[in-house]
Amino acid sequence: MLELRNISLIKDNKVILNDINIIFSNDKFVVITGPNGSGKSSLVKIIMGIEKPSSGKVILDGKDITNMSIDERANIGISFAFQNPVKFKGITVYDLLKLSLNKDVCKRECCDTLSEVGLCIKDYVDREVNGTLSGGELKRIEIATVMARNPKIAIFDEPEAGIDLWSFQRLTSVFNALRKQSKGITIVISHQEKILDIADEVVLLQNGIIEKIGNKEEIINSIFVDKTCCLGDNNE
Amino acid sequence: MNNIDNELLKNISDDNYVKPDVLNIRKNGEVLERKINEDINIINKKDLSGIDVFVKERTSLAVLQIPVIITMGGLKDTVYNDFNIGDNSNVIIFAGCGIHNKDSHKSVHNGIHRFNIGKGCKVKYIEKHYCEGIGDINPTTEIYLDDNCKMEMETVQIKGINYANRKTKAVIGNNSSLIINEKIMTEKEEYAKTDFLVNLKGENSSVHVVSRSVAIDNSNQEFISNVEGNNKCYGHVECDSIIKDKGNVKAIPMINAKHVEANLIHEASIGKIAGEQLIKLMTLGLNEKEAETEIINGFLK
Ligand SMILES: Nc1ncnc2c1ncn2[C@@H]1O[C@H](COP(=O)(O)OP(=O)(O)OP(=O)(O)O)[C@@H](O)[C@H]1O
Ligand SMILES: [Mg+2]
Repeated sequence: MLELRNISLIKDNKVILNDINIIFSNDKFVVITGPNGSGKSSLVKIIMGIEKPSSGKVILDGKDITNMSIDERANIGISFAFQNPVKFKGITVYDLLKLSLNKDVCKRECCDTLSEVGLCIKDYVDREVNGTLSGGELKRIEIATVMARNPKIAIFDEPEAGIDLWSFQRLTSVFNALRKQSKGITIVISHQEKILDIADEVVLLQNGIIEKIGNKEEIINSIFVDKTCCLGDNNE
Repeated sequence: MNNIDNELLKNISDDNYVKPDVLNIRKNGEVLERKINEDINIINKKDLSGIDVFVKERTSLAVLQIPVIITMGGLKDTVYNDFNIGDNSNVIIFAGCGIHNKDSHKSVHNGIHRFNIGKGCKVKYIEKHYCEGIGDINPTTEIYLDDNCKMEMETVQIKGINYANRKTKAVIGNNSSLIINEKIMTEKEEYAKTDFLVNLKGENSSVHVVSRSVAIDNSNQEFISNVEGNNKCYGHVECDSIIKDKGNVKAIPMINAKHVEANLIHEASIGKIAGEQLIKLMTLGLNEKEAETEIINGFLK
């Protein structure tokens, strides 16, 4: 069980998250949705330890992990797929996946593991993880690094962005499988109905506040009722 | 050859070590071992210290190894190695200098390598440097590429060399291309300077220089390049550096187009390890130090 207790995040005098309280129960597949800039990425970065909350606590299975470093959290089973995959110089897809798997596997094994989760990367396993890979390829690799770790808490920040329709279908079935077999928690930030469909819970975040937690229908309905959600901030 | 010699040779050899067809090992200023064959001859220079290597025309895929090892302190070794490569040949040359100096007196190696490369050749030149103890190196490389050639040069210097002053000069003929990959890592109080002077003389000549370097502790590096386009040509210089601690890197690029169809590009960037790269690797369970090492190793791979 993962709990966020009174989490606030203030940056440059701007309130980005305002007193967030939420419990993620084991075995749950939770989708976080909400308008651009509402604080979704910031929230999950706090879970991974990439952002430090200005106040509040992160509690995992009764243990306060608020002050744990990123790598410590990784080693207790939290894993995070970035919204914008990080590029490197000289580090290959294979290198990165070996690090993710945390063991010395051969390329074949590496590809096999990933094909199992619906990500076939054998065409570019030797390529460097840099800007010469397409956006969708980088995104798949990013997802693969998380899948490879078989985490207790898997976080995906907009995994569908930049992924083609065909791969997206595979991705949803991957998530579906993940939901069925996983003993842990999966948190996905998404705006895709297909992904909202398989969620046990959908969290609607708006202006740094949890507006609503419910099932897909409830959330979609509340989006239609509340217009500010669609207008955003820059519409003045 | 003793264990130290073997160890040094291994350190300056390629990881995917291929058995050379032709060999010339120089140890403490003397020839230790030499092997030639019917296509490639090596003779000692008369007036200077060093060798002349002659590769016959149309020699197909030959591997040459020309290492230098120094195991004495206080030795100043200057060597001139000339490679004369006949037309339409294909050769791979491994060179480099390994210094093992447990003495408190500095050892110095000045290696002047000159390549006269005939028409239609394919040449790969790999140079590695390794030093234990106090040693300076001053490698000079001069490359003259005739027409329709392809040459690749790789130089690697990873830690341990107090002072390095590297000069590379190239003149490139019609339809010929030169690719240079350089990797330098300095630490402690080390200093490394690298200086390229490339003359794109021939029509459709090209050069691509990729220099990657890492400067940590109090070390200092200087990167100087000057690419001159004297014909319809293409030149691309990339200097990419990571600095850490009090490391200092200075890059002075110059591109000089003297022909209207010369297309020259220079890119230089210096900075610390990108924070997001560290974060990504930490989310895979590496601590900050491990992540840093992984990023630097990848960068210099
Ligand atoms: N360093 C910072 N300084 C000031 N504001 C910041 C900083 N970092 C993020 N923000 C702001 O915090 C808000 C939330 O950002 P966040 O990335 O969490 O949003 P998001 O919901 O993930 O948006 P998107 O849907 O576009 O990915 C945004 O308004 C953003 O501009
Ligand atoms: Mg976001």
